Amino acid sequence: MAEDKKDIDAVSGVETTGHEWDGIKELNNPLPRWWLWTFYATIVWTIGYTIAYPAWPGITGATAGVLGWTSRGQHAQEMEAARAEQAVYLTRIEDADVNTIAADPELVQFAVAGGSSAYKVYCVQCHGSGAAGGEGYPNLNDDDWIWGGTLDDIQYTLMHGIRHEADFDTRFNDMPAYGRDQILDRDQVSDVAWYVRQISGQEHDEAAAERGAETFEIECSACHGVDGEGVPELGGPRLNDAIWLYGGSHAQIVAQINNPQQGVMPAWGERLGETTVKQLAVYVHQLGGGQ
Amino acid sequence: MLDQTAVEKLDVEAVNKGAKQKAQPLYAARKRIHPKRAQGTYRRLKWIIMAVTLGIYYITPWLRWDRGPHAPDQAVLIDMANRRFYFFFVEIWPQEFIFIAGLLVMAGVGLFLITSVVGRAWCGYTCPQTVWTDLFLVVERFFEGDRNARIKLDKEPWTGSKITKKAVKHATWLVIAVATGGAWIFYFADAPTLAYDFATGQAPFVAYATVAVLTATTYIFGGIMREQVCIYMCPWPRIQAAMLDENSLVVTYNDWRGEPRMRGQKKAKAQGLVPGDCVDCNACVAVCPTGIDIRDGQQLECITCALCIDACDAVMDKVGHERGLISYATLADYNHNMRIAMGGENTGTIDPSNVRDGNGGFVDAIRGFKWREMLRPRTIIYTAAWAAIGLALLVALGTRDRLEVNVLHDRNPVFTTLSDGSIRNGYTVKILNMVAEPRTITLTLDGLPGALMAINGIDAEPATTFDIPVDPDRLRALRVFVSQPRDMVQSGSTPFTFIVEEGEAGETDIYNANFEAPE
Ligand code: SF4
Ligand code: SF4
Repeated sequence: MAEDKKDIDAVSGVETTGHEWDGIKELNNPLPRWWLWTFYATIVWTIGYTIAYPAWPGITGATAGVLGWTSRGQHAQEMEAARAEQAVYLTRIEDADVNTIAADPELVQFAVAGGSSAYKVYCVQCHGSGAAGGEGYPNLNDDDWIWGGTLDDIQYTLMHGIRHEADFDTRFNDMPAYGRDQILDRDQVSDVAWYVRQISGQEHDEAAAERGAETFEIECSACHGVDGEGVPELGGPRLNDAIWLYGGSHAQIVAQINNPQQGVMPAWGERLGETTVKQLAVYVHQLGGGQ
Repeated sequence: MLDQTAVEKLDVEAVNKGAKQKAQPLYAARKRIHPKRAQGTYRRLKWIIMAVTLGIYYITPWLRWDRGPHAPDQAVLIDMANRRFYFFFVEIWPQEFIFIAGLLVMAGVGLFLITSVVGRAWCGYTCPQTVWTDLFLVVERFFEGDRNARIKLDKEPWTGSKITKKAVKHATWLVIAVATGGAWIFYFADAPTLAYDFATGQAPFVAYATVAVLTATTYIFGGIMREQVCIYMCPWPRIQAAMLDENSLVVTYNDWRGEPRMRGQKKAKAQGLVPGDCVDCNACVAVCPTGIDIRDGQQLECITCALCIDACDAVMDKVGHERGLISYATLADYNHNMRIAMGGENTGTIDPSNVRDGNGGFVDAIRGFKWREMLRPRTIIYTAAWAAIGLALLVALGTRDRLEVNVLHDRNPVFTTLSDGSIRNGYTVKILNMVAEPRTITLTLDGLPGALMAINGIDAEPATTFDIPVDPDRLRALRVFVSQPRDMVQSGSTPFTFIVEEGEAGETDIYNANFEAPE
């Protein structure tokens, strides 16, 4: 800038840059040179950075970067590290049986956390996110267990599933279709249903229930127990309580006797491995209903 | 009046002078500043403040405070791993962060208050940047001498003695820098243990990294960058403008008595000129750590360190004028006095005889500093706000609970029907034992007829009361199941309470919870 063109601002006595926007001028209070060098340094850093790390987009992908860093790789590394940390507990869980695990508060804490996350992936679809189940899907929070509610029972059910035919050891039973196969006639079915309402403490037709009692003893008590208290070893649901898998109204009970719905649960043992199944068992057991 | 040749004229120019005179490049090289040593009241005050602030910083982590066997005995400790903050008799949990927030707000309001009263006192006296720069300057002076010697040394070729001097200076700076970074980490762990671990190479990586970073910043900012930090990097100089008003005391060159500045005042008087008090010795410029000339007026670069006041007062003593040619003054007083000096009008020419009463004093109309001026609505409001927050914090601190219960009601499922028809709700009950002793806390369920609690992990029959041992200074989370028999259940939502009690200290806390049942 030539000396004579120097434009000095009247108020501050400072030279301007000569730029003007609608009468507003910019004062030239020079920036320190180290600031400029810092700026250049950041540019150099950027170039180095884009060489070292994936950066420049191309047609099929970005440049890989000489350090070979990828977010996938970093994720894998972090997972590796997390797995290494978990390994300590996982080995202990692998070596212990569920009852030993349940007696060790440290392992319980780990198993509940691990079980809860496995639950959220594999179990929520049927049992619901809060494990409260729904019609046809048992509520895991309550104290009514079709196949038993001890840690061992739960673990077995998880390992081998229910009516999961591919597993030789699966839990299995088959309730006869009393109506469909005409084992009982309409009235008999209705009477048994009234009897079931009676033993579960619900409103019922007294005379019909009386008639149904006899049929119950002959047809049902083997699996459901003499008093309808259930036989977990056979998977015969308890009937004299307030919990109903397919509903407890007269019509719903009749429907279930006529043409029973029979739920299926996959065997998880092979798919998830015993260690995860143990954690799931501990998790489910502590939901509130474990025996 | 003494002969003015006694006062040497220093060869120094304000670093920002060029901006007002020569054509400027867009980027300018930094001008080296060699601040001269000042002596006087403010310098003494600053030495004291420096000793106190550095003392607090370095010594605090080593103070001990007995809290019994279950808590650390370091008086001030930020325990990140356990999420506790200890400050002598106060222990703060993360949820009590409000106390820290309150202190920060107080610090902010305090800064506003100080700034509105005495300008950038924070910058000039207590800012770490100023304190450490001062400390580094002491070192520099010790090895290289004062201003003139340093200027000379810098111009010298690189001889052995120069290299030695510089090397020793930088080494000393580095030692201070390491000590500064080192002291910082002691606030975050037991100081003696960490010091041992650090020295033997067993401290965590983050400790070494922190020390390395703080060593670098201390060395670079205090030794090399210095005033560049204040002028170009720090946001505070920009913010201060909003806090100052015409009644704030700022370091001011009193043109009304100083101008026209003149050397050889005897000769000038003999020629019939009326010189101002300023003998144009540049002492004020030479001592300035930011290298500016306060006689150019209040500037962004000025950190109000007041060293130019000391320098000029010494000169005034020598030449036999009153002190205070450079002084703490308010813009209001300055403008008032300027009008008198200019003969009542804003003529632009100062005649010092207007402010003189002929007997060596000032005319009565000249205004000086008055304590009363500090009391203004602005400062009163700042003080009131500051004190109110402080008081509120103290009251809160005095009345806060050391036993707490927090309850989370299960959302999914909200309730569970059990086989006997009773209804069960699940809760996560968190008992906070906020003292450093193990305590047995009684958890009681109250206000829900017939209901009993069962607790996961506690082998006992369902009951309405449980004795829960809680570790010292810890939270204990319990899975609590509350069941109410079928015939007592009310449909919908029923309020009840969880009560926690501690016998010995008589502490208690309640939580109002709800019990949900089918509609
Ligand atoms: S002008 Fe004076 S008060 Fe301001 S920074 Fe310089 S010496 Fe300190
Ligand atoms: S203001 Fe004081 S110190 Fe500065 S040049 Fe004038 S007489 Fe010297």
